[in-house]
Amino acid sequence: MQTALSIALDAFAYGMALFIICIGLSLTMGLMRLVNLAHGAFAMIGGYIASYAARDLGLGYGYGFGIALAVAGTVLIAVPLERLLFRRIYDRSALSQVLMTIGITFCVIGITNYVFGPTLKTIPLPADLARPIDLGFRSIAGHRLFVIASGLAVAGGLWFLIERTGFGIKLRAAVENAPMSRALGVRTELIYAASFALAVALAAFGGAVGAEFLPIEPYYALRYMVTFLVVVSVGGAGSIPGALAACLLLGAIDVTGRYLMPDFGNFFFYLAVILVVCAFPRGLMGRAP
Amino acid sequence: MMNRRIFGRLMQAGALVLAGGLGLAGAAAADTVKVGIIGPFSGPFALQGKNFQAGVEAWLAQNGKSVAGHDVEIVYRDLPAANPQQARALAQELIVRDKVQYLGGVYFTPDAMAITPLLKQGNVPLVIFNAATSAIMTSSPLVVRTSFTTAQTTTPLGKAVVDRGVRKFVTAVTDYGPGVDAEIAFKKAVEAAGGQVVETIRMPLNTTEFSPIMQRIRDAGAQGVFAFLPSGPPTLGFVKSFNDTGLKQGGVKLFATGDLTQESDLPALGEAASGMITGFHYAVSHDSDANRRFVAAAEKAIGGPGQLSFPAVGAYDGMYVIAKMIAATGGKQDAEKAVEAVKGLAWESPRGPVRIDPETRHITQTIYLREVAKDDKGHWINKEIQSFPEQADPGLAK
Repeated sequence: MQTALSIALDAFAYGMALFIICIGLSLTMGLMRLVNLAHGAFAMIGGYIASYAARDLGLGYGYGFGIALAVAGTVLIAVPLERLLFRRIYDRSALSQVLMTIGITFCVIGITNYVFGPTLKTIPLPADLARPIDLGFRSIAGHRLFVIASGLAVAGGLWFLIERTGFGIKLRAAVENAPMSRALGVRTELIYAASFALAVALAAFGGAVGAEFLPIEPYYALRYMVTFLVVVSVGGAGSIPGALAACLLLGAIDVTGRYLMPDFGNFFFYLAVILVVCAFPRGLMGRAP
Repeated sequence: MMNRRIFGRLMQAGALVLAGGLGLAGAAAADTVKVGIIGPFSGPFALQGKNFQAGVEAWLAQNGKSVAGHDVEIVYRDLPAANPQQARALAQELIVRDKVQYLGGVYFTPDAMAITPLLKQGNVPLVIFNAATSAIMTSSPLVVRTSFTTAQTTTPLGKAVVDRGVRKFVTAVTDYGPGVDAEIAFKKAVEAAGGQVVETIRMPLNTTEFSPIMQRIRDAGAQGVFAFLPSGPPTLGFVKSFNDTGLKQGGVKLFATGDLTQESDLPALGEAASGMITGFHYAVSHDSDANRRFVAAAEKAIGGPGQLSFPAVGAYDGMYVIAKMIAATGGKQDAEKAVEAVKGLAWESPRGPVRIDPETRHITQTIYLREVAKDDKGHWINKEIQSFPEQADPGLAK
């Protein structure tokens, strides 16, 4: 029982870290119909900025400052990219989108490798988060609880933003029927730019807080690309509860499989993916197009 | 079909060029001996390739660019990831088109295995700077190795940790060739010394979340964990998980081969790896004049401290061996004579005294027990705490 609880907790933390990184991709793919393979690259940029700000800059503000700077800095990098590159491919076929975004990914990998070098980068944690916390039946790193809390906050915040605010209504309208929304006075370009920035900000946040699970190095963007895409397709692109369910389900299966039968590798993970995709071709909570 | 035809033409052309080239070489007074180095100079393992290059450049900087009156020219070829087909093609190109007399480098075992069948026909010796599986040495008599094998670094570690009072172990290795080698060698050494391995865990190659593995280790009730993972991101995750799940605080000891704590990863591992004990053939912090000279030259070549790690010393010693081969053959291409000349060769390497075993052509060297600790300047290093001299490769011992 204690073991089961312990594994459930690990799975929950891992699933939440995946969720924070992947939800932005789910939004761009589901709401903006943009297959953005460069999403992992933005998460990686966030991780690098956080690491640089918290460790090398020596300002002494630490972790929170690093994360804030990571989110702001990555968005600052992404906005010109959106204007120059991404805006041209919103209406193009999925193949053009894949080609362009994977090209961007390779460029980002090359540049980070050149600028920061090929070594691993860490983001130093504040003492409170680095300490193992005793929960009675086991000890867990404080950082993992922080990731869980962040994941829940992101899920709640996003749900509220999209379902309950004016911006959310305009975004959903622009996605359903862009010409009609424009006719009604919604500035769709602005809406797209804002939601792209939001997705990138979430990627950067995820890259920074998830760095303990997925360490920051130049090949981050490629190494975890498949995992991110799998989570989005299992959850159903564009659905927040779907992405949350997919992350928790896949996280649980992955962690449990690794505990019970490490020799089987990723067998259980991909078996689950195949079963879910067979049963729900649009993902757990994907909507009909 | 197409491939074979092109290959045939290449070989014909190569033979012609080779014949012409030999004639010319005989006529010229100051000749050039070309050495082809294959390594991962770009891609995820670029740091290891950079270390190859740093080792080679350091040797050239210290010894000059000519050996016994023959100019040495290095030709680098990039092989970003393990890819036997490409390795074979690159080696062939180096032998046939670039007319190299020596091949060096090679980071991954499968690549080495793909190259060795070419050596005899090409009349070229291969000096391996890294690829660390025992079996490579038996695949061709023209291979010499200046790195280490996993069994070589693991066996003394297994004995040493039992001597330090730890009896009950769990092994956790990445589920691929070198990991399985390490598991077998460690288990054998521990059991020979009177210890016990209660559980062997093989982890999938792309694992990033290690807490379920830690849970298994806890369940097994071991006093010590032996780990083997490829250096890079998985290492960091493993060591952090080991701390986060409270195993370290619970008094469980973590042991590994030096791949896990290579110097370029230490700043990232930092405090988390503190006190970790590893067995390996080279620490950048090794205390000797030869090493201090080597580190100074290699850091200059690699373009900054903190990136230097063990492949550099393999390359540096590899260049020493190649230079001896060039001197022994008088710059002529004679692979058998070259390899014969370095059998039993002994010298003082930056890692300590080493010798090429005449039987196996693998390097016999001191294996060190090291602890991750801070030096006087506050940098994390692999501090040598015990040494096991004259270690041959147990995987090749007859």
